[in-house]
Parts: sequence; C-alpha cells; structure tokens
Amino acid sequence: MHPQPVVKELEEKALNVRKGILGIMAGGKRGHLGGSLSIADIVAALYFHQMKVDPKNPRWEDRDRFVLSKGHSVLAQYVALAELGFFPKEELKKVKKLGAMLQGHPDRLKTPGIEASTGSLGQGLSIACGIALGARVKGKKFHVYALVGDGESTEGMIWEAAIFAAHYGLDNLTGITDQNRLMASGSTIVSSLAPKWRAFGWETKEIDGHNIGEILDALDWALTVKDRPVMVVCNTVKGRGISFVENNVDFHHCALTPEQYEKAWDELNRKGGVN
Amino acid sequence: MQRMEDMRDAYGETLAEIGANPRVVVLDADLSHSNKSDIFKNKYPERFFEAGIAEANMVGVAAGLSLTGLIPFIHTFSVFAVGRVYDQVRISVCYQKANVKVVGTSAGLSDAHDGATHQSMDDVTLMRVLPNMTVVVPCDSLEMRKATKAVYEHQGPVYLRVDRMPVPFVWESLEDCQFKIGRANVLREGSDIAIIASGCPVALAMKAADCAVKEGIKAEVLDVHTIKPLDQKAVVNAAKKTGAVVTVEEHSVIGALGGAVAEVLGENCPVPVWRIGIKDMFGESALDWDELLSAHGITVEAIVGAVKNIVKKKRK
Repeated sequence: MHPQPVVKELEEKALNVRKGILGIMAGGKRGHLGGSLSIADIVAALYFHQMKVDPKNPRWEDRDRFVLSKGHSVLAQYVALAELGFFPKEELKKVKKLGAMLQGHPDRLKTPGIEASTGSLGQGLSIACGIALGARVKGKKFHVYALVGDGESTEGMIWEAAIFAAHYGLDNLTGITDQNRLMASGSTIVSSLAPKWRAFGWETKEIDGHNIGEILDALDWALTVKDRPVMVVCNTVKGRGISFVENNVDFHHCALTPEQYEKAWDELNRKGGVN
Repeated sequence: MQRMEDMRDAYGETLAEIGANPRVVVLDADLSHSNKSDIFKNKYPERFFEAGIAEANMVGVAAGLSLTGLIPFIHTFSVFAVGRVYDQVRISVCYQKANVKVVGTSAGLSDAHDGATHQSMDDVTLMRVLPNMTVVVPCDSLEMRKATKAVYEHQGPVYLRVDRMPVPFVWESLEDCQFKIGRANVLREGSDIAIIASGCPVALAMKAADCAVKEGIKAEVLDVHTIKPLDQKAVVNAAKKTGAVVTVEEHSVIGALGGAVAEVLGENCPVPVWRIGIKDMFGESALDWDELLSAHGITVEAIVGAVKNIVKKKRK
C-alpha cells in the first residue's frame, strides 16, 4: 500500500500525460491516440515513481530500463520523458515533423531516454529479455520493464520471448500487458492473457491498469519475485480519459476535428490538474 | 593433395579465441554442434545461451544484449538467420545499429543433403540491402579466421556467411592472408579480364585463371570478401584495367556479388559483366556438394568458358 498523497500526485501526473498526448494531437495532427491514453497511468507510475532514471545522464549504466514493445503508443512516453527533462518540452510540438527528434515510433538513436527502437510489433519483449540477460552477465542490478500490447500478444515472437525469459529465470524483468481488448480494427483475437503467461512460467498478477495504487503495488511485488519473470496484466480502456475516444477503434490512429479537440480538452480539464 | 579445412571449424575455433573478451556472448538456435559455436560453449558456458528453435527471439535477445555493451554472436543456418527473421534483423539490429553479429552457417548449397529448405541463395542479397549492415563472405578457412576477428572488432551489425564443408586453401598461410573489411584482395594480376569472386568459388576462380593462361588469356582474380561495403575502387580499377568482368558466387546471381558489381560498373565503368552463380531458382538435394555446385554451373569449366566467350567478344 502506498500513501494516499503519493497516489494522488501520480494520478495528477497521469492526467497531465493525457493532456500532453492531446496537446500533440493539436492542429489535426494524426496520432495513435487510443493506445497512448490506455497506457498513461502505467507510464506515469513507472517514470514518476518506480524507475531509477537520470534525465541528465540518459545512458547512466545503472538506470532501470523501459522498453515500449507496443511502440505506436509512444506519445505517452514522449510526454513523460519531456516532463522529466530528457529533452525540451518544445520538442513535443514537433513530433513526426521531418528531421524531428520525436519519431512516429520510438527511436533510441534519435531520442534521449528511449531504450530500444520498436514499432514492428512483437520485437520489444525479446529486446527487453536481452537487456535483462545482459544485466545478469555484467552483474548489474537494474530492473527492466517491458510494456506489451494485448493485440501485440498475437505475435508468435512474444511467446518465444515468454519461453526464453522463463527458461532463464529472468527475475530482473517485469512485463506489463496493456490489456485494452482492442486492436486497430476491432476486438483482439487473443484474450485471457493472464492464464497464458502463468502457463508459460511467469509469475502473473491481473490488475486495474488505471488504478495507480494497484499499479504501484504490483510493481513493488514484482521486485520481490525471485527466479522467474513477472507479467502484470493490466486491464485498461483504450482511449481512457476522453469519453468519445474510449473503446472506439476509430481513434486507434486518428486526427481530431477542432470540435473533438475542444471537447477532449474540456473533459480532461474538468478532471483537474494543470494546463 | 590440396589442403582443405572446414569453414565451420575455422570459425568456431576463432570464436572461442575471441571469447577471452568477457563482453562476447554467444547464442545458438539448437545448432551449436553443427555451427561449431559449441567450442565457445564448452570454454565459456556462462556466456553461451541456448535460444532453442526460436530464431526471431534470438535476434531480439541479441539486440538487447548489445544494448548493455555486450557483443553477441548469434548462430543458425543462413536460411533461418536471414529469411526467417528478416524484420527482426532489419529493425531490432540494423535500424538501431545494434552491435550484433549474425552468423549464417551451412550457407549457399553447402548443406547439399538437406535440399532446398536448407540452402540459401538469397541471404547475401537480403542482408546487403539493409542500411547499416556489413556483409562478409570469406573464401577459405584462413580468411574465415581473419574475418571472424575483424567482425568482432567492427562496431555495428555484421552478417557473416559460413559454409559447412571443407574448402581448399586460397591463401598460403594465416600470415599471408590479408583481411580488412571493405577492402578486396587482388589475388592475381591480369590484363584481359577480371574474375571477381566471393566465398568458396574464389578457389575455382584461381584454377580458372590458371586454365585461361593456356588459352592465352591473362585473368585478374579479385577476392571480394566484403559484399557490403563493396570495395568499389578495386572493382572499378579491375574493370578499367581489363575491360571485362566475370563474377562468381555460391549465391543467386540476383542482387548479391554479381548484382553489386554490375551496379557499380554500370554507373562508373560500363564493361561486359557475366554473372556466374545460382540462377533464379531453388536448390535441391544432392549427396555431394561439388556435384550440386556443378549442377548449378558453379565450376572451373563454367568460369573458363565464360572468360573465353567474353574475351573473344571484347577482342572483336
């Protein structure tokens, strides 16, 4: 259990991540809105509480690592990294512009704070396994977090990584599944992921991925598990926080009309926070 | 008796030597015995990781290992190291410049017995087109030893092609063998035609050059062990000097050595180029590698025939 003020502060930070994502969508810019909103609380819990990172030294050897396997949801991560000072917030206005530091999908060579270039779904979890194994080889104590989509979990490579991490007992790896039950074109064709991860030998917990207290508890618990990797399956709502975007695959990758954009701001502002 | 050594032995022994560096880590997809990565495994078991029959994950894991500063060498037959995991190599390795060494073994037709499913005629082409990738195809076991060390010292993604059979020595000795990534070796000087070869056919090219002398033809022989970055200067110089080129490779003639040479010469020094290699087709089973190479027209006789034809045309 975490003290209420800590949870409250992180809830505000998560709200600000959502506002930041919406801000990137200004002027009718297209973006992966739904999936970015569904991971906002997880990203806030990781970056503003759980992980040891140093914005002034992004390649600090002992930092915790975060690999966004579902790379298309990177808008949430960009907002968090900017907030922490990995790069100027000004960059958020230039997302995807030619020559910009912030690409449509995570690019570790262009963006400080991005650990792996992902976007071709299924590959990030294996990279995270490699980083975790590398830490073991080098005797490093940092922890690796990998955020995987439930739609992405249809990829065979995810389950290759599942077998590998379990076999090598990668207890310095925590997987997090964003189980929003929707892919780009409709319902995912894979479901009941928690039992699957359990069957593959991962310690597994299923939680509410929008409940900061539950997320923090699960992440703390993950650090206590020995000799096995952990998967925290987070039940989420795609588009969470903006009513007309929620559970609507039309907003998987979309541009907002000026009216939709204003309405979205109204809704987020009513929830409080700054901006 | 011609001296011969299996390319895999040379590779595996060198890999185990390189293992003295604790940053070197090795993965194999259930073929370590065949690939000779088991020599490393026996010497440094704590840095060898069996990936199982899951090549895609092996590539991703290697990318992750490299991001922690380690130098992963990954192994499987070249058909699986390239085609099966193309997007993983493309994005997780090349796009993010991961320092991963992809070692494709049993390359070309060298796994004669197993047939088309285990024979790679497209791997060099596919690897060559990837940005940030370096592609190395050694011609004999001595060059393999030198190449393996150079690949280890090189910072960035590399595809190293390893045949599974004993191949004749092209070089006299290890000291004699010159190897620098991206620099072709002129093995023999000549003025009438240049035979540009890579991999095991380099030995065939040398024999063909001997035979050509009897026909009154002086053939230059180039060992292009690095397909990418191609030593454009050496290729253009050879073409300028001789005015005609034959390429020879144990690979499809589309897009690999022959394609690369034709591209460079087309833009810089248009001369007749004849490509010897596997035509646009799959392989097949054979009990003997040489027999299979012959069936695909990768022989001394075929090279000599092409050399004579082109020189005749050139002299008209």
